[in-house]
Amino acid sequence: MFNAFIQVVRKELLGAFRQQSDILNPIWFFVIVVTLFPLGIGTDPALLARIAPGIIWVAALLAALLSFERLFKDDYIDGSLEQLMLAPHPLTWLVSAKIFAHWLLTGLPILLVSPLLAVFLSLEVNTFWALFLTLLIGTPILSLLGAIGVALTIGLRKGGVLLSLIMLPLSIPILIFSTMAIDAATYGQSYLGLLALLAAMLVAAVTLAPFAIAASLRVSVS
Amino acid sequence: MWKWLHPYAKAEKSYILSGKLMPWFLALALPTFIVGMVWGLAFAPADYQQGDSFRIIYIHVPAAMMAMGAYSTMAIAAFIGLVWQIRLAEMTVAATAPIGAVYTFIALFTGAAWGKPMWGAWWVWDARLTSELILLFVYLGIIALYNAFSDKVLAGRAASILTLVGVINLPIIHFSVVWWNTLHQGATITKFDKPSMATEMLIPLLIMIVSFAAFLGFMVLYRFRNEILQRESHRPWVIALVKSSSSNDSQGA
Repeated sequence: MFNAFIQVVRKELLGAFRQQSDILNPIWFFVIVVTLFPLGIGTDPALLARIAPGIIWVAALLAALLSFERLFKDDYIDGSLEQLMLAPHPLTWLVSAKIFAHWLLTGLPILLVSPLLAVFLSLEVNTFWALFLTLLIGTPILSLLGAIGVALTIGLRKGGVLLSLIMLPLSIPILIFSTMAIDAATYGQSYLGLLALLAAMLVAAVTLAPFAIAASLRVSVS
Repeated sequence: MWKWLHPYAKAEKSYILSGKLMPWFLALALPTFIVGMVWGLAFAPADYQQGDSFRIIYIHVPAAMMAMGAYSTMAIAAFIGLVWQIRLAEMTVAATAPIGAVYTFIALFTGAAWGKPMWGAWWVWDARLTSELILLFVYLGIIALYNAFSDKVLAGRAASILTLVGVINLPIIHFSVVWWNTLHQGATITKFDKPSMATEMLIPLLIMIVSFAAFLGFMVLYRFRNEILQRESHRPWVIALVKSSSSNDSQGA
C-alpha cells in the first residue's frame, strides 16, 4: 500500500517535469501579483511591511487556485482517473498521494520563492520566519481544500469560477490565522499558539479531506 | 421500530405528507408574525441606550438564527442522504439552500441598517457580521454547485458533500473570525442562565423566532414539493396529479 503511494507520487512528479510550464506558471503568477501591490500603492517600506502578510497570503491563495486545474483535470480527460478509482488500493489513499505530489509541485516552490518576496516587501527576519512557517503549514491545507473543490467541479464545463466560489470561503480561517501569526511576529510577540492552531487544522484536513475528495470523485466520475 | 418511516423514502408519500404539513406551518407562521411584529415594533419598551432602533432585532435575530438553523437542516439532510443513499434527503438540501441564503441576507441587511445609527457605519468588519457574510458565501457556493450540474441526482449528491465540508468548516470560520476581531455585542438570549434582556422585550422576540422558524419550515416544504415534482416529472403519479389538478383547477403545486 505504501508502495502504491510512492508510485502515484512518482508518476505525478515525472509528468510534471515533462511539462514544466504547468508548474512554473502559477509561481510566476504568484511573484507578479505580489509585485503589483508595491506598484499600485506606493513603495513606503513601513506600509509594505504592514500589509505584506495579507498580500502574500492572498497571492498564495490565488496561485493555488490557478494550479488546481491540473490536479485531476488531465487525468479525468484521459481516463487515468478512472483507472485510479478501479485500483485495488483505497481511493482516499491514492488521492492523498496525488495531493502530496501536487503540494510538492505548487506549495513547495512558493516556499522557495518566499525569501525573494520578503526582500521585495522589506520584511524583517523574524517576520519572514513567521511567514515561512505559516506557508509551510498552510499551503498543504489549501491543497487539500482545493482538491475537494476540484473533485466536485471536475465534470463541469465551466468549473473554474465555481471552484473559486467554493474554495475561497472555506480557506478564510487559514488566511486569518496565518496573517495573525505574521502580525504577531511583526510586533515581536510569540506566534506559536497560532501556528499550533494552523497545525491542528492541517491535521484535521489531512484526516478528513481525503474522504470528501474520494466521495466527490465518485460523484463526478460516474 | 423505524418501520413507519420507510414509506416516506418514496417520493409520492413524502409529497403528500409535506402537502398536509404545509398549511400547519403557515398557520403557525402568519399569526405569530403579526403578533410578534406589532408587539415588538409598537408595544415593547424602547431601549434605554439604543432608543427605538433596537427594534430591528425582532427581524435581525430570528433571521440570523434561522440562517444557521437552515444550514443545520441541510447538514443533517446531507448526512442522511449520503450515508443511507436517500435521494429525498438530497432534495431537501437543494430545497433549503436558497431559503437559508435569503435569511442570511436578511440578517446581514438588518445588521447593516442597525449598525448605521449605532456604530456610525453601514458595514463594520465585526466578527459576527463577517462570519455571517462567509455563511452567505458558502450558501451561494452550494447553490451555484447545485445549479451547475445538469443531472440533478449528481447535483444533489455534490451539494450534499459540499454542505458537509461546510459544516465542519463553519465553526472554525466562526471562531477564527471571533478571535480575529470583535465589536458585536455578546449573545443575548442563547445564554441559558438568565437572558440579559427585559422580559417585555424578550417575549415578542421569542414569538418572532417561532414565526421565522415556522415560515422556514413552510418554505422548505414548498420548495421540496416543487423539487419532487421537477425530478419525478416523468413518473405516472406526477402526470396523473398534474392532469387532475389542471382539469378541476384546484390547487397548483
